[in-house]
Amino acid sequence: MSTLSLLPLLPILGALVILLVPAAYSAAWRGIALGMTGVNLLVATTIFFTFHVGIGGYQMVANHAWVPAIGLNYHVGVDGLSVGLLLVGALVSFAATWVSSEIKSHERFFYVLLLVISGGVLGSLISLDLFFLYFFNELALVPTFLMIGIWGRGADRSAIAFQITLYLSLGALVALVGLIGLYALSGANTLDVVTLAAWLKTHPLPASTQTVLFGLLLFGFGTLVGLWPFHSWAPAGYAAAPTATAMMHAGILKKVGAFALLRAAFPLLPEGVAQWTRILAILCLGNILYCGWVAMRQRNLNLLFGNSSLAHMGFVFLGLASVSLIGITGAVLIMVAHALLASLEYALSGHIYRETGHLELDRMGGLMRRMPFIGAALVAAMLAGCGVPGFASFAGELAVMFGVWPTLPAFVVAAAFGGLLIGGIYMLRGIRQVAHGPDVGTTGGDVPCWTGRIPYLVLLVPLILFGVAPYVLVDRIRPSAALVVERALLKPSPAAPAAPAVAAAPAH
Amino acid sequence: MNSSLLAIEFLVVVLGLGILLADLWIPSGARRGLAYAAATGLLLVLTLHGGALAPGDDTAFGGMFLVDALANYFKTLFIVATIAVLLISSGYADRLDGYGEYVALTLFALAGMLLAASANDFILMFVALELVTVTFYVLVSFQRRRQSSLEAGVKYLIFGALAAAFMVYGIALIFGSANTTNFYEIASRQAELGKSPVFVIGLLLTLVGLGFKISAFPFQMWTPDVYQGAPVPTTAFLATGSKAAGFVLLLRLAYSVVPEVMARWSHLLLGFAMATMLYGSFAALAQRSVKRLMGYSSIANAGYLLLGIGATNVTGSTAILYFLSGYVFTTLAAFAVISRVTVQDDNDDISVFAGLGNRSPLLAAAMTLALVSLAGIPPLAGFFGKFYLFKAALLQVPTSPLFLVAVLIACVSVVLSLYYYFNIIRVMYWPAQDAVDRPVTVPMAVGISLAACLAGILVVGIFPSGVIGLAHEAVAGLGTPAPEMHVQAHHAAAH
Repeated sequence: MSTLSLLPLLPILGALVILLVPAAYSAAWRGIALGMTGVNLLVATTIFFTFHVGIGGYQMVANHAWVPAIGLNYHVGVDGLSVGLLLVGALVSFAATWVSSEIKSHERFFYVLLLVISGGVLGSLISLDLFFLYFFNELALVPTFLMIGIWGRGADRSAIAFQITLYLSLGALVALVGLIGLYALSGANTLDVVTLAAWLKTHPLPASTQTVLFGLLLFGFGTLVGLWPFHSWAPAGYAAAPTATAMMHAGILKKVGAFALLRAAFPLLPEGVAQWTRILAILCLGNILYCGWVAMRQRNLNLLFGNSSLAHMGFVFLGLASVSLIGITGAVLIMVAHALLASLEYALSGHIYRETGHLELDRMGGLMRRMPFIGAALVAAMLAGCGVPGFASFAGELAVMFGVWPTLPAFVVAAAFGGLLIGGIYMLRGIRQVAHGPDVGTTGGDVPCWTGRIPYLVLLVPLILFGVAPYVLVDRIRPSAALVVERALLKPSPAAPAAPAVAAAPAH
Repeated sequence: MNSSLLAIEFLVVVLGLGILLADLWIPSGARRGLAYAAATGLLLVLTLHGGALAPGDDTAFGGMFLVDALANYFKTLFIVATIAVLLISSGYADRLDGYGEYVALTLFALAGMLLAASANDFILMFVALELVTVTFYVLVSFQRRRQSSLEAGVKYLIFGALAAAFMVYGIALIFGSANTTNFYEIASRQAELGKSPVFVIGLLLTLVGLGFKISAFPFQMWTPDVYQGAPVPTTAFLATGSKAAGFVLLLRLAYSVVPEVMARWSHLLLGFAMATMLYGSFAALAQRSVKRLMGYSSIANAGYLLLGIGATNVTGSTAILYFLSGYVFTTLAAFAVISRVTVQDDNDDISVFAGLGNRSPLLAAAMTLALVSLAGIPPLAGFFGKFYLFKAALLQVPTSPLFLVAVLIACVSVVLSLYYYFNIIRVMYWPAQDAVDRPVTVPMAVGISLAACLAGILVVGIFPSGVIGLAHEAVAGLGTPAPEMHVQAHHAAAH
């Protein structure tokens, strides 16, 4: 068994153990959850640092037949696209479990659901068989519904729980149709990306089929990421979810959709890439500009974070749409950075909500005085959110802009720069409103002891470290991104601009 | 003639008669024991079916009765479903006057299903289905003191008679044009017969009859009323055994008897499939009666299964077998919970589920698993079944883009179904003010059947390999032309 399999296995085992622990030992529930996510964090860190830098292919591969009759395998492996996400996925799981001490009812059930989400998301990141990628990702659906409904916030959380569940399932099902289409029509009778890639090289699908399948995957997985105009589930859903759920969702689950596009759609369907990237480039401006604009008008801290996270996803899509080495590397970098950033934001807002009982910006102010640690972390997170150098998100956004410049039309580039400006406006205004200014008589206090600070620090410190030394990530991402670009541009259609080919040159 | 092939059917009928006799001596308080005895007997039959009595592929009664891998697969499924239904019904015995007869009739219905799985002739098919349907008339209206149960029985009687009339008329036309009712003989002449309008109309009318059985749109109107009115164990049996009996015959017709005609009708079948799933899902949205909701859900599921019939490829038939296996476990688990939660006040309004997460966490978790599997979410059986059916349909996309449309419509239906399934989960878990704080009792027999069904959902879902292997073997013989010697033998036997 590969070390990788531990990542989904440990949390799910932990969930089963928690189910069996009798209520008399209820303190053990949280202990087991923390222990499992903690061990998982160690495993992920080991994987991150033992990963062989400079290799584009899959490492630590394990392959077991699951349903041999129809060509489905439990095939796992890690490459540059997933190694960083695995690390932050484990980090976010650990931090989310830690902050869940706020849960006071049905704790057993809560930790079981949280561990199932964690195991599922890590499982989908290591899957090289697209069936399992989908399978693991869907494990989060029911827990999300239950968590928002049982422990969520706000009177309308029931409606929101339904909205997020139905929206995400529709997206997932559309993606599933795309995946099954790939499975059924390629003739390879497998959903294993390695086999499929080799097969499709010699037996390419007709261009029209590729276009349809790519469209299904793009809008299906895109919905899971919050691609405009299929994004409206996200801010409301995160605002209604309990802290840990919002952290897992905004932090890492959301990235799985974009990750799946990089795993499946881009390398396997080059004709589809040629047809759809222009449209993707326009749609992602919807995220960057429209969602950014909406974020400016928000008067609730969580809705502000939710919309700003959609704007960041716009940059991820922009990087994908550039189909260039530096653009895709940047996109993965943003995914990693934003996982830390978004979960940090929701962890902080969770603390503020717990202490003050609301997240209305108009009733906030001077938080820095009452909660110096939380306030400082919040300022750091919000600065990272508007792309200040020194945080990992800056490196990613910069790389995406470099990638976009030569490959996409000038107005897209200009609009993306405008998006950066918008991000600066709402984040700085948010900082002024929440952290500084007169104390409006908020109640509540800071994190009382140093142990309480751990979940925030395990998210904030890597965000800064990766910002100072982005090469740690870039060196790992680059060779794998180069393979994606190479395959995505395998057969440039005559209509496609000549520029991407130039941009892809360093890949060879 | 080789009547030893009917050993299983024979044993089941004898068991039923034995129960009827024993009923005369058993005091009314101990009638539950009859269900346990019947279930144990069936367990024995199941072991024999898999072991000592496992018959090789052969025919009996002049080619009317056929034993092959497909028949054996479905027979296993029917017996398993009946055991679970009997155990569920044992917890319901107080509400069923003359419970011994209920058990015996359930066994007779099972005998009809077993015959249907082996039917190789339109006549036997009709007789088998009538045996199932006629016993169900009684099983549906078994709660004689409850008006809704009687009403459901009358409705089922009227619609069942109508369906039988359609089917028998269709069979007459088929016989008139083909001069035979044997499946093998028709299969060998399907190219010529497919051109005869009389034959085609006859076939269509037969399909209408089967459409009633599987509750496909537009022949579904009896389903919600009957599901709601019938006693819960009967509803569970209707949703699993009776539906699967319709599907085994549909499979045989579509894949073995007249595959060429069916391939021509793939658009028609897809149309029925799309209408069925949309109708079922849209109508279920507004339901408050859980049994009625399960009725509409059963319609929607018939729609997904029809996708597999429309696909007319091996993946489609395998997928139908797999899906039905998972569906039987899932539906029975759901009905086992429903039977316990609704039994106290004989009320199946969704509000009786309020607060079940606190009142009985295990039952609530079991119901959640069943509903999540019905909704088709990994890692449970329902997900892989839909995955497989969708694949079967998408394999046909090169022949017609309508298959892609049908699969996308199925996705819409699945999302709608998430709403009504998750609505029950919401009622069970969301903090509720008006929840009755009354614990739900689960008798041991019901608990065993529930646990077995849940294990089935999980095992079939997480390790589909075994069931798929069996399903593959079961459908392998479908569509291959009838062995020549058999056809000859039937002629000899007929004259």
